[in-house]
Amino acid sequence: MLVLVVDSSTPAVTAAVAEVTADAVALRAERRSVDARAHGELLAPAVREVLAEAGAGPGELTAIVAGLGPGPFTGLRVGLVTAASMGQVLGVPTYGVCSLDALGLAATRGLDASAAPDGEAAGRVLVATDARRREIYWGVYAAGRRVTEPAVDAPAAVAARAAEFAAGAAVGEGAQRYADVLALPVRPEPCFPPADALAALAADRVRAGAPSEPLTPLYLRRPDAVAPTARKPVLP
Amino acid sequence: MTDEPLVLGIETSCDETGIGIVRGHTLLADAIASSVDEHARFGGVVPEVASRAHLEAIVPTMQRALDDAGVSLADIDAIAVTAGPGLAGALLVGVAAAKGYALAAEKPIYGVNHLAAHVAVDTLEHGALPEPAIALLVSGGHSSLLLVDDLAHGVTPLGATIDDAAGEAFDKVARLLGLPFPGGPPIDRAAREGDPEAIAFPRGLTAPKDLAAHRFDFSFSGLKTAVARWVEARQRAGEALPVADVAASFQEAVCDVLTAKAIDACRAQGIGTLVIGGGVAANSRLRALAEQRAEKYGIQVRVPRPKLCTDNGAMVAALGSHLVAAGVAPSRLDLPADSAMPLTIVSV
Ligand SMILES: [Zn+2]
Repeated sequence: MLVLVVDSSTPAVTAAVAEVTADAVALRAERRSVDARAHGELLAPAVREVLAEAGAGPGELTAIVAGLGPGPFTGLRVGLVTAASMGQVLGVPTYGVCSLDALGLAATRGLDASAAPDGEAAGRVLVATDARRREIYWGVYAAGRRVTEPAVDAPAAVAARAAEFAAGAAVGEGAQRYADVLALPVRPEPCFPPADALAALAADRVRAGAPSEPLTPLYLRRPDAVAPTARKPVLP
Repeated sequence: MTDEPLVLGIETSCDETGIGIVRGHTLLADAIASSVDEHARFGGVVPEVASRAHLEAIVPTMQRALDDAGVSLADIDAIAVTAGPGLAGALLVGVAAAKGYALAAEKPIYGVNHLAAHVAVDTLEHGALPEPAIALLVSGGHSSLLLVDDLAHGVTPLGATIDDAAGEAFDKVARLLGLPFPGGPPIDRAAREGDPEAIAFPRGLTAPKDLAAHRFDFSFSGLKTAVARWVEARQRAGEALPVADVAASFQEAVCDVLTAKAIDACRAQGIGTLVIGGGVAANSRLRALAEQRAEKYGIQVRVPRPKLCTDNGAMVAALGSHLVAAGVAPSRLDLPADSAMPLTIVSV
């Protein structure tokens, strides 16, 4: 089953075609460009390219998987509306995946989930992406699973929480950016939500032909909007 | 005629998610979802709130448009989308959606200018537009006079507001008078009971010295301040506010300047057609005064019905249909949303 994967929750714009079989997920084509200001320009051509490279027409897709963020709003919406509009035309289900979960899975997959508590703690990884405004989106992961729910906080606050949850390393471009504050060894990879991990997190739904899901962004912040205060008089 | 192009238009430049479908000059569907109620308590459109609403509304609005027109995306010949000007984040949702639709349905895409679309929508009401024509576009986001010599390739700006847009002035005055947002419809209603000559509010950029440099430009900031001063003075004196008279006199000042300059532009260019578009074109006094003044000079005024004047997808589809018919090449799939798209660019 061919699946289109898109994620625009970070400065990276990712498009991929993955093949989901009964027991595996394999990428057939992948494009990633890193430019936080050009998500709207880059994503659609990248989707067209990965389809061409996979030798598949849009009509051959079985499902579309999209990273729900959290991520800076404007860019994040590009991936979600692209996935939703394509899903509507093709009549195929869309599935959302938390983008931090994809990083967490890639960062901790392969660790032995049945390890002793000490071993598990040693394998705990802080995943952090840049939320701008000097904040990061973050979560702690172990053995491919969430230890904490996705949240947005200042790096210093995240450093304290990461210590509390015994994270032994950090990944993600948010972690790289605030490495000095986080005081954890930062691994260079994965830096952005990997397409194969996004596909893997939706693979069971793809295989089961689960119902389509609304692609609701994980904003984690309210819009900046303030009700007007009393008007300033114009008379002196 | 069934060989005319079937074109779908997507509009998300402000707070309306609009999807329209036209065949040639025939309107088949005009589906709209508005987030205006979510902005009302802020007294103006909040960009992030608008963008979030567009993302939620686009798929269901598309479904409604397709159902209303009785067509599927496979039948569509081209997809047009507002690429600018407008709110950057709001535009981006519509442009990305249009690309997704175009990509999945394997259709050409046209990224078009919102203001040119306000002109093109009139073709759905009155048929092909005579060129050249003068267009007056007035809304909460823009107030412009344009020379439309070739709607498929470019229009020439003659003048624009140097401060507030006309619709913005309506919103601000409505707030002063305790009327709801958006201010256009309640002021129009209140003004019907009032005397347009009760208060002599200023007409911006109409003095001889201003006309020399700003013959076709507008200014509504001074008017807005004058209304505020007048209202405050009454309130401080403890007098009751004659809401209907203030609304009528304010509305008269706006419509007087808009129509005088629009007619002047037609006469200066020797043009016999004036098209009025944008949300403020729904104002009943603007329509009446424009007709009355144009008649004197044998100028034909074309104003689409109010629902087509405010932002909608039909106007984008109408412009797209015009571009397809004119043989204009489609846009590339990497077309950008441009919040400051100049009027001289009709499609990117
Ligand atoms: Zn408009």
